[in-house]
Amino acid sequence: MDNLLSIVTFLPLVAALILAVFLRGEDAAAQLNAKRLALAATSFTFLISLAILVEFDPNDTGFQLVEESEWLFGLTYKVGVDGISVLFVLLTTFLMPITIASCWGVTHRVKEYMIAMLVLEALMIGVFVALDMVLFYLFFEAGLIPMFLIIGIWGGKDRIYAAFKFFLYTFLGSVLMLVAMIAMYVDAGTTDIPALLNHQFDAGPMSIMGWQIAGGMQTLLWLAFFASFAVKMPMWPVHTWLPDAHVQAPTAGSVVLAAILLKMGGYGFLRFSLPMFPVGSDIMAPLVLWLSVIAIVYTSLVAMVQEDMKKLIAYSSVAHMGFVTMGIFAANQQGVDGAIFQMISHGFVSGALFLCVGVIYDRMHTRDIDAYGGLVVRMPAYAAIFMLFTMANVGLPGTSGFVGEFLTLIGVFQVNTWVGVFAATGVILSACYALWLYRRVVFGDLIKESLKSITDMDRRERAIFAPLVVMTLLLGVYPSLVTDMIGPSVEALVTQYDTALATYVPDTHVAATH
Amino acid sequence: MIGSDLAILIPEIVLALFAMGALLGAVYTSKDGLAPALTWGTAILFVVMAFYIGVTATGTRVAFGGMFVDDAFARFAKVTILLSAAAVLLIGLDRMARTGILRFEYPILVTLAVIGMMIMVSAGDLMALYMGLELQSLSLYVVASLRRDSVRSTEAGLKYFILGALSSGLLLYGASLVYGYAGTTMFAGIIQTATAGEMPVGLLIGLVFVMSGLAFKVSAAPFHMWTPDVYEGAPTPITALFATAPKVAAMALFARVVHDAFGGAVGDWQQIVAFLAVVSMFLGAIAAIGQTDIKRLMAYSSISHMGFALMGLASGTQQGVEAMLIYMAIYVTMNIGTFAFILTMEKDGRAVTDISALSSFASREGTKALALLVMMFSLAGVPPLVGFFGKYAVLWAAVEAGMAWLAIAGVIASVIGAFYYLRIVYLMYFGEDREGLDGRMGVIQYAGLMVMAALIALAWLPGINLLGLEGMAAAAAETLVR
Repeated sequence: MDNLLSIVTFLPLVAALILAVFLRGEDAAAQLNAKRLALAATSFTFLISLAILVEFDPNDTGFQLVEESEWLFGLTYKVGVDGISVLFVLLTTFLMPITIASCWGVTHRVKEYMIAMLVLEALMIGVFVALDMVLFYLFFEAGLIPMFLIIGIWGGKDRIYAAFKFFLYTFLGSVLMLVAMIAMYVDAGTTDIPALLNHQFDAGPMSIMGWQIAGGMQTLLWLAFFASFAVKMPMWPVHTWLPDAHVQAPTAGSVVLAAILLKMGGYGFLRFSLPMFPVGSDIMAPLVLWLSVIAIVYTSLVAMVQEDMKKLIAYSSVAHMGFVTMGIFAANQQGVDGAIFQMISHGFVSGALFLCVGVIYDRMHTRDIDAYGGLVVRMPAYAAIFMLFTMANVGLPGTSGFVGEFLTLIGVFQVNTWVGVFAATGVILSACYALWLYRRVVFGDLIKESLKSITDMDRRERAIFAPLVVMTLLLGVYPSLVTDMIGPSVEALVTQYDTALATYVPDTHVAATH
Repeated sequence: MIGSDLAILIPEIVLALFAMGALLGAVYTSKDGLAPALTWGTAILFVVMAFYIGVTATGTRVAFGGMFVDDAFARFAKVTILLSAAAVLLIGLDRMARTGILRFEYPILVTLAVIGMMIMVSAGDLMALYMGLELQSLSLYVVASLRRDSVRSTEAGLKYFILGALSSGLLLYGASLVYGYAGTTMFAGIIQTATAGEMPVGLLIGLVFVMSGLAFKVSAAPFHMWTPDVYEGAPTPITALFATAPKVAAMALFARVVHDAFGGAVGDWQQIVAFLAVVSMFLGAIAAIGQTDIKRLMAYSSISHMGFALMGLASGTQQGVEAMLIYMAIYVTMNIGTFAFILTMEKDGRAVTDISALSSFASREGTKALALLVMMFSLAGVPPLVGFFGKYAVLWAAVEAGMAWLAIAGVIASVIGAFYYLRIVYLMYFGEDREGLDGRMGVIQYAGLMVMAALIALAWLPGINLLGLEGMAAAAAETLVR
């Protein structure tokens, strides 16, 4: 199949179109058909995407499965994957059927919901496979529309506030990115990502209105991209949209948001910031490292005092993303490996945790931690699964959560010991809030009247969790599954980064005043 | 000689003969009873002429010693004008008929206006330019006040007439100065004076006046004041017309004047166009925030969009003209779709223009709401919808021409502008549930909305590539900017 990546990208879009055009009616049968079609489309997409895995050669560090055709305004439609992006594509296609299955209980405007989900899937895959800067921007930005609607229509009480906050934060962030892209195009004369990866952006110092800017253009471009990716990531202090969006989003929305959308920021750092602006990255790395540490420690502390389960997990996501940014800007093999591993692992674990919340929310319609307690009595299977993912979230060895945190910590210790020391406390703090949450929800006496009749997970719910359990444990005990895929590409990335820095001589004189 | 000259004007002549024939025919027969058939006939004739122009003509031909130019640029504009006018006639037909203003003069006046527009975009001389402009304007003044017994419609027409006359005056004054200093009204002669050595100050002042007059016609700020009032006051089908074909004509004329007559003095007019662009983009974006009437909102939206189109022109390059043409074609597509919807906004048989009536519209009319959502996001320029590509084209042209600051201003303006489009989506999808619109949508409007929405949502896909719009615009721009 020559068009493998395009097929995977646009198949969900085709399914969405079929739904939009052909499905009529709002009755139960139509709703069920919409859900079935969406599930079938996403599952089929996943099956096809497995072919990517088969065709992919991990030892080739270049882009593979590349497709290229003429597009508009001198741009090319160019897609391809390398070791860094291939697993994100699979993560997306793997999680989408699970997400669709998890919203079987939605009855409010099901057709639109499924359309939004399918469109979102296509756009997310598009972000990870795009090899043209403008194509990347297109997919990156377009994800806002379905997500805005998913939060705004199907969310909880303050959904509109959350939807607007989400939209404006991310829109403002990415506008700066667009300006930077225009500047890059002017400088390099191309929007082709592989070509840009080999283009040396000017790193000579600049002076703007009397301000000396070390690293010059690279630093400025880096900052513009950082504004966008940091918001998507999200990093402290621009993370505040995430808890609001999460709390108000429906379960499936939360899963997509945490498991896949957040990864776009990390992917952006790896695809653009680090390899294209090595000098800028090097100059700004201390800032990122310290922001990451603040994120890890501060949001962990904030997570501890949350009364709302989803908010707690949302803050824990911010903390875990702190490990990712820390690993990326440690810029060594372990750090970057760990960051990618952490993102994949977080995709499974945080997705599963939001699904866990969804299970009891569907039954009790509250996310207040105080409303629960002693669930283990009535829901033993649920308690076991929730336990596993809580532990994975904490980073227990044997689960996938451990590998990522451990690798990023190794990576950052080589670069900055103090950052490593403070970040390591995050592991302890995450144990505090996660275990405390678990204790308050699952253990204790079952004294609340409303919980006395709660039922354990049904077969559909167990089936949803099964693949996530398998992946979490499998990656925990056999991490080479991931590191073998990404290793060579990461090594090439790190080598290129180090070479670029070695040839860079910090010039103390201002080369040009403009 | 005259025969070959006339051959070049066949489309205009056919339309003019049709208008005269229809006028006589209708007066001596059933008058208004003939109006629906006449409207359909006019629309079909427009489409036929558009195909005729698109298919037959090639190369650059000049008639009447350079007064009238038929080149790829003019043909691009003419096809866009004819097709959009045809679409607007059809989507407005139902509403016109039900509100009792479907007079037989309506399609005839529109035909005359379209002839004016076609002369405008083909003008190779200041006289021809003025003739076309006035033919268009006078027809449109009448159309704006078509609903004679309505104070607002009459007011809109009068306002349009007075301000239009003022702008014509400015333009004529500028033209006379240009003639005085260049010694000719032919663009080909003016460009020689403009490029030979330093440009005379008088010619420069003339240029500024001509451009002010043109800015009135494209409703670019700070010459935009008539737009919201006229849009609001005119009957909605007429508003739809104002928002589409005349804008294309005026913008194409703008491009023709600055490039054909002052092409050698790009630096002199570039700053003016850039200024108009920035002010229009920001004014349109900011002033629309407070609007609650959807027609006024679309007026400010069009001001902002004209700013973006002018940004393409401001770059002063062939690529800039190409971007401007692409932008205008996309703009027209989005507006036809949006107005197809606005034309059916009714409650209890009365037209509603307040946007609060859209509250929770999506829960009742999911498909239509989805189509309007596509339009709104596209107008806001959110990727991947086609509207984004229009913005991308003009931003790209500006950056290539070394006007990065203009591009950055455009980006900021589009973020501000996104707010009010988003508000319509917000109302439709998240607004509180209440009794809103109950208007039935005619087949034509429904088709108009859906076809445009599908184009906007999908035409960017690789393989469709905007249906070859880029190549056509590039060919058109090439003949204009040499």
